[in-house]
Amino acid sequence: MAGPTISVTLKVWRQDGPEAKGYFETHEAKDISTSMSVLEMLDVVNLRLQKEGKEPIAFESNCREGICGSCGAAVNGQPHGPKRATTLCQLYMRHFNEGDLLVIEPFRASAFPVIKDLVVDRSAFDRIIQAGGYVTVKTGQASDANAILVPKDVSDRAFRSAACIGCGACAASCPNASASLFAAAKVAQLALLPQGSVERTSRAREMVKQMDAEGFGSCSKHYECQEACPKEIKVENIAVMNREYLRSLLLDRD
Amino acid sequence: MLDGKVPEGPLSEKWIRHKFEMKLVSPANKPTFNLIVVGTGLAGASAAASLSELGYRVKVFCLGDSPRRAHSIGAQGGINSAKNYPNDGDSVLRLFYDTVKGGDFRAREANVHRLAEVSGNIIDQCVAQGVPFTREYGGHLDNRSFGGAQVSRTFYANAQTGQQLLLGAYGALMKEIKVGNVQMHTRREMLDLIVADQRAVGIVCRNLVTGALETHLADAVILATGGYGNAYYLSTNSVLSNATAAWRAHKRGAFFANPCFTQIHPTCIPIHGDSQSKLTLMSESLRNDGRIWVPRKKGDTRLPHEIPESERNYYLEERYPSFGNLVPRDVASRAAKRVCDEGFGVNGGDAVYLDLLGPIARDGIAALEDKYDNLFEMYQRITDEDPRQTPMRIYPAVHYTMGGLWVDYNLMSNLPGLYVIGEANFSDHGANRLGASALMQGLADGYFILPYTIGDFLARQGRAKVSDDHPAVTDAQRETRERLDKLMSLRGKKTVSELHRELGQVLWDHCGMSRDAKGLQTALEKIPAIREDFWKNANVVGRPDTFNQVLERAGRVADFIELAELMCIDASNRNESCGSHFRVEYQTPDNEAQRDDEQYAYVAAWEYKGVGVQPALHKEPLAFERVGLAQRSYK
Ligand SMILES: Cc1cc2nc3c(=O)[nH]c(=O)nc-3n(C[C@H](O)[C@H](O)[C@H](O)COP(=O)(O)OP(=O)(O)OC[C@H]3O[C@@H](n4cnc5c(N)ncnc54)[C@H](O)[C@@H]3O)c2cc1C
Ligand code: FES
Repeated sequence: MAGPTISVTLKVWRQDGPEAKGYFETHEAKDISTSMSVLEMLDVVNLRLQKEGKEPIAFESNCREGICGSCGAAVNGQPHGPKRATTLCQLYMRHFNEGDLLVIEPFRASAFPVIKDLVVDRSAFDRIIQAGGYVTVKTGQASDANAILVPKDVSDRAFRSAACIGCGACAASCPNASASLFAAAKVAQLALLPQGSVERTSRAREMVKQMDAEGFGSCSKHYECQEACPKEIKVENIAVMNREYLRSLLLDRD
Repeated sequence: MLDGKVPEGPLSEKWIRHKFEMKLVSPANKPTFNLIVVGTGLAGASAAASLSELGYRVKVFCLGDSPRRAHSIGAQGGINSAKNYPNDGDSVLRLFYDTVKGGDFRAREANVHRLAEVSGNIIDQCVAQGVPFTREYGGHLDNRSFGGAQVSRTFYANAQTGQQLLLGAYGALMKEIKVGNVQMHTRREMLDLIVADQRAVGIVCRNLVTGALETHLADAVILATGGYGNAYYLSTNSVLSNATAAWRAHKRGAFFANPCFTQIHPTCIPIHGDSQSKLTLMSESLRNDGRIWVPRKKGDTRLPHEIPESERNYYLEERYPSFGNLVPRDVASRAAKRVCDEGFGVNGGDAVYLDLLGPIARDGIAALEDKYDNLFEMYQRITDEDPRQTPMRIYPAVHYTMGGLWVDYNLMSNLPGLYVIGEANFSDHGANRLGASALMQGLADGYFILPYTIGDFLARQGRAKVSDDHPAVTDAQRETRERLDKLMSLRGKKTVSELHRELGQVLWDHCGMSRDAKGLQTALEKIPAIREDFWKNANVVGRPDTFNQVLERAGRVADFIELAELMCIDASNRNESCGSHFRVEYQTPDNEAQRDDEQYAYVAAWEYKGVGVQPALHKEPLAFERVGLAQRSYK
């Protein structure tokens, strides 16, 4: 294979199941091409483990293009590793140096119980969306698409919020394990668009309620989430959510 | 002769009439029917939400930790629709025509026409959900062009169209879960289809966290489990994309149609290392502005900016003046392969240039980044080269499968009660899919077609009265258990991914961009050998009763091996070239695909007869009433 290679040491979190006790295990990853992603490097280590009859390190991935939100682990304490605006599957070994130590552990948040090794249960995020992160429109009810005009800058802003991949890095990076950035991205997208306006009164309130019920902490403005977010979702979204939340408390007469 | 059940009447009235003639299930009765939807990509999520809205009780299954992780999320470039907003001459008829022609006359006309008819509703629906499509300054939706079309009919959300459409459908699904009509089962893998008394009535699946086998019974089963491009090991598909659900259904009697029709996408980042886990697509939309070229001199090792204009071969523009860089994918891929095989590739290797430097100089980088969003950055991240400074290097890669389970006009397979939608069926794209048409088809099936057609079946057949102790149920449970045990007992020396890689190489070499009888014969000798090797020498570690990705993978690869054999059987049966299926023996004097309509204007639907046993071929004849059969020309 062409191109430069490096060797690094891994300290990886192993945990057999949700109830089992976890521990760190050390592995040498030798002669890794710098054009591999961190996940491909783990693939190589896993192949070797299998050859030795050992269980490979469990981790999740699907698209490997930074869009599905399946992958994620903390590398040296940072969710998705040291490079800004990058998911783990798109973090390449060229960003590390010969001899580096990579401490790899699952996303930590009380609402994300470990399933195995680096795999965590993020179903709490689905339940937050279920609480109201959509427009209630049934198939067939829509009018002509161009009947709803949205100024380009508004639509572009809504898109930037909608770009959230639901990976959980925000909650994993937050000292309070808050899911505010995740919930806020959806609230803001729909608050910006005319399609979302009908359900504005209840959306933020219901989603925040669910977030609390799942055991996520509240936002005390550390803003680690913005640093960790692979899609550069901005904390301004949280301000929008707070505004929407207040508004819903004021307007809601139930 | 297989009957596609295409309704009578003129093409443009078939769907309208059929909708009227189909029986309805009354609103009061809908909640008495239970439906299973496997898969939560665009097709599955849209179908599940729409069926639930109608009042049916729906159970939904997917592999990932959330329905939103489906492969559809990665689609970049856009979705077609015959809205004709740009006023550039588009219409239902033109979208229909382009699709039939793009598919090289191997799709069912009536299906394609219906697809074009409902294409407008899809955009309406998605906008109503809050999908942030890219807009013009006046606030209207923007459009661009894709291959195989001379109009701009592609709607897009920067380069994240699949993500935004899927999140729209996912939102609709979440809404129905909240209502309580949909029961969502994540981290489940369907491992068998239950067919009792000639009707599909349920599935057996494995809980991927606990390893427990579960049985779910219903009145109909809908598969929306995506395509099988990962049979080739390296493809642009997500790493979990697989054929298992479809293949299990095939083994229970569902016909597999046109398995050899696989799309090789022209613009992907070339292979760069042998531990690579997947290939990355650079959206076809880049061909709106990008120009494709290679050096005129063989083995030219100069840097691209050192090669003067006169020494560059813009081979698509030269060969296909009217479509230029926007020829369909199969044509563009073969042309790239040809120039590289002849030694004109970048540095004499397997790559051609996709050059955006001209448009960047003309319109400014900001304008292009606005259009193509994260594509430049993505390319740079992966290759460590900046496409704003130097042309991208690209090469074709396996991308999409037009083949799939056979379905009739109602999207039902030959097994009553089994419906197949999205990429998992063979339906609308013939021998080559046009860009931005998969998203359209998946959502058409899920939002606007299946919810109608399945009602007719349920109204006529009523509920499936099958209990847990029916032999079909217990057999499926037992066989699934035995198969898992057999996989777990494999303690050989080869990893499952090594075996998968070997299989992929055989398919790529002999059933890839070009095929011939001799190569296919070689593949048909090698694949059974890989199958034997697998069941003797594969190594499956870990335990069956926990989260075990090796076991999951092993089951999928075992199915890919069997499917690969069928792909090669199908490719050697089809003694013609059409669309993506290019048999070197059958080409026109100027090296284009040479169809044989006399012999092969049919859908090849294969019936399973046993592992390693020659399957039975059923033919569904294709008639072309509206679009005259003609040699495709993009010149
Ligand atoms: C990189 C890329 C870019 C693309 N860009 C475009 C584009 O711009 N425009 C376009 O039109 N098309 C595009 N396509 C094609 C398009 O994305 C796919 O064809 C389409 O999304 C498939 O959708 P689907 O719903 O049929 O299946 P998928 O999205 O593949 O979903 C399959 C679902 O089935 C589940 N599943 C699979 N097997 C099982 C099982 N055994 N048990 C339980 N669940 C199972 C999965 O978990 C998943 O939920 C692109 C494809 C790729 C690879
Ligand atoms: S695997 Fe999809 S975001 Fe990393």
